[in-house]
Amino acid sequence: MAQLKSNFKNMVLSLSLISAFAAVTLASVYSVTKEPIETSKIKRQQEAIYEVLPPDVQLENEPERVGLESGDTLLVYKANDSNNQFVAAAVETVSHNGYSGDIRLIVGFDKEGNIINYSVLEQKETPGLGTKVVDWFKTDVNDQSIIGKNPASNKLTVKKEGGEVDAITAATISSRAFLEAVNKAYNAYAKNTDATTGATTNATTGATTIESETDNDKKDKDE
Amino acid sequence: MSNKNSAIKVLLNGILKENPTFVLVLGMCPTLATTSSAINGLSMGLATTFVLFGSNAAISLLKNLIPDMVRIPAYVVVIATFVSVVEMVMQAYVPALYDSLGIFIPLIVVNCIVLGRAEAFASKNNVGLSALDGIGMGLGFTMALTLLGSVRELLGTGKIFDFTIYSEQYGMLLFVLAPGAFIALGYLIAIMNKLQKK
Repeated sequence: MAQLKSNFKNMVLSLSLISAFAAVTLASVYSVTKEPIETSKIKRQQEAIYEVLPPDVQLENEPERVGLESGDTLLVYKANDSNNQFVAAAVETVSHNGYSGDIRLIVGFDKEGNIINYSVLEQKETPGLGTKVVDWFKTDVNDQSIIGKNPASNKLTVKKEGGEVDAITAATISSRAFLEAVNKAYNAYAKNTDATTGATTNATTGATTIESETDNDKKDKDE
Repeated sequence: MSNKNSAIKVLLNGILKENPTFVLVLGMCPTLATTSSAINGLSMGLATTFVLFGSNAAISLLKNLIPDMVRIPAYVVVIATFVSVVEMVMQAYVPALYDSLGIFIPLIVVNCIVLGRAEAFASKNNVGLSALDGIGMGLGFTMALTLLGSVRELLGTGKIFDFTIYSEQYGMLLFVLAPGAFIALGYLIAIMNKLQKK
């Protein structure tokens, strides 16, 4: 068959046909992959929640939504032990001040507000630098680790700002954003539980300072 | 020349003689951006290979149905369809990989290799050869990206495919960042040129 001539009718027909075919293909692939995509997202979130909580806990059915002054609504998943006593909570939190895009993570707090563990759900930081947030703050070297610390009594900001956490080498912005998210999580946790008293204000001011300073520092070349 | 010979020649063409990265120097955006580690380079290459294979075959099949004046929009629709399919499938079945490649999967659409091969090869050859050309070009691209990714990962963090060769603290951070990509790519192209001249 010879190639179709480039007249108006042929061009419209050919493009419409190809587009229609593409639409059908995409629609069918979408309907096939929709469910696995959803399940894998939920599964990842579930795994992350259990990763940051102590073993053998029972999650309350529905997470509680806690609105913060920054305009974000965080999800707090409370966990009870076998006697139905509150033991820990996992807070899904976010920072909008990452080097590229949001950093979303889940932080687990025990009932005193100490950080049990954290798990990063989503980040688009620079590969090899900012992406280290996934493990960096769990590694117990120098003052990197935030595990076991309590945002109420420990100042969880980078050392440049007078905090007590070592930032990731060459990725200060990512580190700040991460710690901002952790402090936000703690605020949501503290608002939602009566386990902590009086300490909340400290963490709140901590979080606001980070936000304002990060904006200025984004102009720096230093990540 | 027999049919079988020309098929092998088409396949090898993309891998060596007209390697998209080292010889044609096409598709530099994903090349430089995704090769911060060997595994990222490899998976980006494989995703592109699938798109090249699919789009080359489809365009070769449709070439007589597409009037000359609208061929570019038609090619772009076909390529975009394949890319979206890859994106959804990856998101569903290999979410971890999808996360690490992120924005660069949808950007395969504008990778010049894909459109370039559709225009230069698939629109002039039969389906079999076009599919082979897609695979060959794709493998060449994959090979180049994996090599570049390995070099950058090794020099930057002391690892290859996450396997530690030397301690990370002696790594040159530069090679994980964009300038390192340019430097490593430049040297690799120089080495390839030297080897091909012999």
